[in-house]
Amino acid sequence: MRIVVVGATSAIAEHCCRLWVQQGAVDLTLVVRDIAKGERMAADLRVRSPQSSVALATVDFMAPAEIAALAASIASGGPINAVLIAHGVLPVQQQCQDDLAFCREIMEVNALSPVLFAEAFAATLGRAGRGTIAIIGSVAGDRGRKANYVYGASKGLVARYAEGMEHRFAGTDVRIVLIKPGPTDTPMAARLKAQGRRLATVEEVAQATVDAMAKGRPVVYTPARWRLIMLIVQHLPRFIFNRLQI
Amino acid sequence: MGRSYGDACLNPGGTLWSTSRLDRLIAFDDQVGRLACESGVLLRDIQRLAIPRGWSLPVLPGTQMVTVGGAIANDVHGKNHHAFGTFGEHVTKLRLVRTDGETIDASPGDAGPGLRPDWFAATVGGVGLTGVIAQAELQLRRVSGPWLEAETIAFEGLDEFFALSDGSERDWEHAVSWIDCRSAGALRGLFMRARPAGETEGAAPWRARTRRMPLTPPVSLVNGLTLRPLNALYFHLAGRRAGPRIVHYEPFLCPLDSLLEWNRLYGPRGFFQYQSVVPQAARVEATREMLDAVARSGEGSFLAVLKTFGDRPPAGLMSFPAAGVTLALDFPNRRAVPALFERLDAIVREAGGRLYLAKDARMPRSLFEATYPNLAEFARFRDPGTSSAMSQRLMGS
Repeated sequence: MRIVVVGATSAIAEHCCRLWVQQGAVDLTLVVRDIAKGERMAADLRVRSPQSSVALATVDFMAPAEIAALAASIASGGPINAVLIAHGVLPVQQQCQDDLAFCREIMEVNALSPVLFAEAFAATLGRAGRGTIAIIGSVAGDRGRKANYVYGASKGLVARYAEGMEHRFAGTDVRIVLIKPGPTDTPMAARLKAQGRRLATVEEVAQATVDAMAKGRPVVYTPARWRLIMLIVQHLPRFIFNRLQI
Repeated sequence: MGRSYGDACLNPGGTLWSTSRLDRLIAFDDQVGRLACESGVLLRDIQRLAIPRGWSLPVLPGTQMVTVGGAIANDVHGKNHHAFGTFGEHVTKLRLVRTDGETIDASPGDAGPGLRPDWFAATVGGVGLTGVIAQAELQLRRVSGPWLEAETIAFEGLDEFFALSDGSERDWEHAVSWIDCRSAGALRGLFMRARPAGETEGAAPWRARTRRMPLTPPVSLVNGLTLRPLNALYFHLAGRRAGPRIVHYEPFLCPLDSLLEWNRLYGPRGFFQYQSVVPQAARVEATREMLDAVARSGEGSFLAVLKTFGDRPPAGLMSFPAAGVTLALDFPNRRAVPALFERLDAIVREAGGRLYLAKDARMPRSLFEATYPNLAEFARFRDPGTSSAMSQRLMGS
């Protein structure tokens, strides 16, 4: 089993990797920005599973040509079974409104960059005619709201993109999986935790991600109750929704 | 994890640092059983990794859901204290990060250049006040599997308890007693002992079954009405499985881990744990007095545990265990409890014992100063940039 993890040091991705090495010997390629952090993570995975192989790669997450070259070079090492694209940041909404450069950066990191990686790996998986590409979206992408619509819009873009890719690969053995976690107890959401919000555990979200990838399910909410919550939120009429403080 | 019984994990007016994301393993040499890891790794996760490879942590406290850093900082012990001592005795190296940016590598004894034994002794049992423990290296022990040969023996009276304890020390690695906490005269209990089982035939397949206490009831479920029947029920149910049997180590060594957030049973006001040790010479007299004091107060304790400690040099300056007997009691947080604690304090002090910092949220400073003789020495190693509710309460800052 050969798996590529983009943004591997994100908490959800790291816990997915722990689950994979626990299942048996795997061949992991971790694509990271922070190489020192990546090395700590790789060492941990090697201790957990001496029979697995863990490789590190680093790249400019905004550079299309570099991303394409990296995907091609990883693909040349053998067939890829699965790709998990997991990087993202959760900004303070107000800062996005006050600072357009920051707003743009958030959009680039959360939306453009995952799309570039997905497209680059879709090319190789498409040629092989099989494999799974999973992207971490968010329940926040389901409906824009004033508390975090820059983040929400970036994740919404990813969702629409995954939808189109799923259509493109319909009828083949390439699976596109979109994970929509609710607020999760990760470093990214430390601010929410400090506010006393109830958060899902990262272990639970990682387990759902690994399961969804194994089954090739197109859209997965985790924890599962968010499917119902977001169904309601999406269908609230404007005259109600716009009065809510959410 | 924030699961401390006491107030060492709080810091009113200050910042709290969580080490739960320092949860990476660094290296494991399965030839010699040396594991290096970050301090936020859970003991449970080490066990799940090591046991299939023929190794185990030598010392496990009553729960595996604690971090390596917490186990070191509280120098925790397990049911095999007489055989393996405390957690700190199996730490071969630790890395301390101080708030002034200094990094200190420490190890016991003269382990090599750059490794400082004085800092090691201060940090083991130092309740986190010498700096942040960032990494540690642990010496594991060989095991053939997760199985124990266990036995439960019902006893009556303290004399029977001590006879069983003393008689089991040599051949049984683990020993602990649950007691039905009535007066010392009417004391009854279950003495549980175990040793590693090489033979695992006949062992039922075992799966970790974890339940979670789903909500906090408005009042403590452990109260004057429920306590006696609960204790009687436990005594008879557990006593039924008397003969020798093969068990997985998890339910034997860490029974509380099968009901996560069990503390919620005590309702929103919570509970106090009172764990003392009294030295060998006073063990019968002081234990009897404490049990009588509890009985007279009318405050019962459901989780009442009695265990003897072996005679071993402590791993840290502030380590709790000492040769003698330790008694651990849980009390719902009620109005009469502080007065009972004062009476118990007096008995412990008189006997030359002390209270366990890992469990403490209320001991008076005077008792602490009188019973931790290395306090002045320890103070030299404190990181002036760190504090906890416990340090504010017991050391003034």
